Amino acid sequence: MVGKISIGVIGIQGAITEHINSIEKTLEETNTSGKVFVVNKKEEIDNIDALLIPGGESTVISRILFRSGLYSAIFKRLERKNLPIMGTCAGCVLLASKISNDSKDIKLLNAIEMEVTRNAFGRQEESFEKKINIEGLINPYNAIFIRAPVIEKVWGSCKILAKIENKMVMVRQENILALSFHPELTNDLRIHKYFLDMIQIYKSKDL
Amino acid sequence: MKELDVSKFKFGTSKLKKGFAKMQKGGVVMDVTNSEQAAIAEDSGAVSVMALERVPADIRAQGGVARMADPRIIQEIMDTVSIPVMAKVRIGHFVEAKALESMGVDMIDESEVLTPADPFYHIDKHKFTIPFVCGCRNLGEAVRRIWEDAAMIRTKGEAGTGNIVEAIRHQRMLTNMIRTLESMDEKPLKDLAEEYSQSYINSIKILTNQEINDNTIIFEEYNYGDVKKEIFEILNEIKKIRRLPVVNFAAGGIATPADAAIMMQLGSDGVFVGSGIFKSKNPEKMARAIVEAIAHYNSAEVIVEVSKNLGDAMIGIEIENIPKEQRLQERGW
Repeated sequence: MVGKISIGVIGIQGAITEHINSIEKTLEETNTSGKVFVVNKKEEIDNIDALLIPGGESTVISRILFRSGLYSAIFKRLERKNLPIMGTCAGCVLLASKISNDSKDIKLLNAIEMEVTRNAFGRQEESFEKKINIEGLINPYNAIFIRAPVIEKVWGSCKILAKIENKMVMVRQENILALSFHPELTNDLRIHKYFLDMIQIYKSKDL
Repeated sequence: MKELDVSKFKFGTSKLKKGFAKMQKGGVVMDVTNSEQAAIAEDSGAVSVMALERVPADIRAQGGVARMADPRIIQEIMDTVSIPVMAKVRIGHFVEAKALESMGVDMIDESEVLTPADPFYHIDKHKFTIPFVCGCRNLGEAVRRIWEDAAMIRTKGEAGTGNIVEAIRHQRMLTNMIRTLESMDEKPLKDLAEEYSQSYINSIKILTNQEINDNTIIFEEYNYGDVKKEIFEILNEIKKIRRLPVVNFAAGGIATPADAAIMMQLGSDGVFVGSGIFKSKNPEKMARAIVEAIAHYNSAEVIVEVSKNLGDAMIGIEIENIPKEQRLQERGW
């Protein structure tokens, strides 16, 4: 059995409380000992078992991540390969190694070998809900896409978990998970459970 | 999305509209009047821009009827930035709103900063696929706008004054009224729902001069019984979750990083800064400072740091010096 898990949620901008609520419910439902809290300071990155980067505006989150020193703290742990991360929407963009459209304001974390396109489906009027199939989940998942990015290309050991036709919307590379939609806006906790399983497997190996 | 089969996609749902608003939380929406200002706002960390022809301070100074901005200006701004673009319509002017919707604006502000178009009704926002933000001074106005399907609520404050006092007044009115709901049982909550439905009744009474019962249609296709019931349900949810069920921003008079931070500490989810940025001495610096202040709104040290050498904020106006009929917050009901 692994010890108490501590999960940090980047608390700069976007759907922060929604992710915290989803993780709390997931911990409760799976009877897992753990806590989830907002991370705002670079020192806090050293003491967490996993990190969640929520959706919001990637330009804004990137800017404050960089200026607050959080960016380099995360980068250090990525180099040591000992921090499981889930990024949703804007978080997915920040985990990429390349952006195909205009990205002058965004500093990437290079955590996953993938190239993303921001606002790939268009503006808010083209935001949509759709049932998608996700590898590892038995039933379809109602995914909410809001001015969503897509993953154009992957390479290296990056695995594709979900696609809409030829557009990738969820991928995983080792202990980093990226999705272009918003699991925190639904009551379906399966994605947060998937992330929790990933953290636990990683943590048990670590011990 | 030409290359995709979108037949199984669901667009414009309430979840998508409210979800969009949630992605704005912790952000600063900045008023801009051209593509240069929009680019500065984006570079400075704006979460969205509000495309306008004139900022509220100029609307106030110039007077006259203020309307939806020239679509050409809005389009230029949309073409310039990658962040969402919002634009304002007059209260009740659903044709201006349909025009903005067809342009693909990301969110519509049904705003008291413009001259109201309809003396009886706000827009029925259910009839749109894009999200709306609306102003409020108190819980009653907030609940009516939420019932009309606003995806975001903001304080009205007093736009174009650079004076924070009214935004604080409206945020406190909201928070304290939400707190009083906690001690209310079903009966007083139902009475409150009835009280909050009154403004629709007042309008229909003027328009038809008839007796109102639960089956009377009081707004669009909605009858009084349903309006009352649904407003009661919204109040019940607010009571349960101890906050508005939609995102709640501050607006109207925010002029400094400290102004932005105090609104966050009083419970706002984010801020709109209208004249405060491009009417200040150094817009770019002011914009960056306010973004930083919002991201660290609980840190006095950050507020100190970002407030240094900002140059003059906008000059500002005492609310008492504005005659009541010229106060923008008095518009809407």
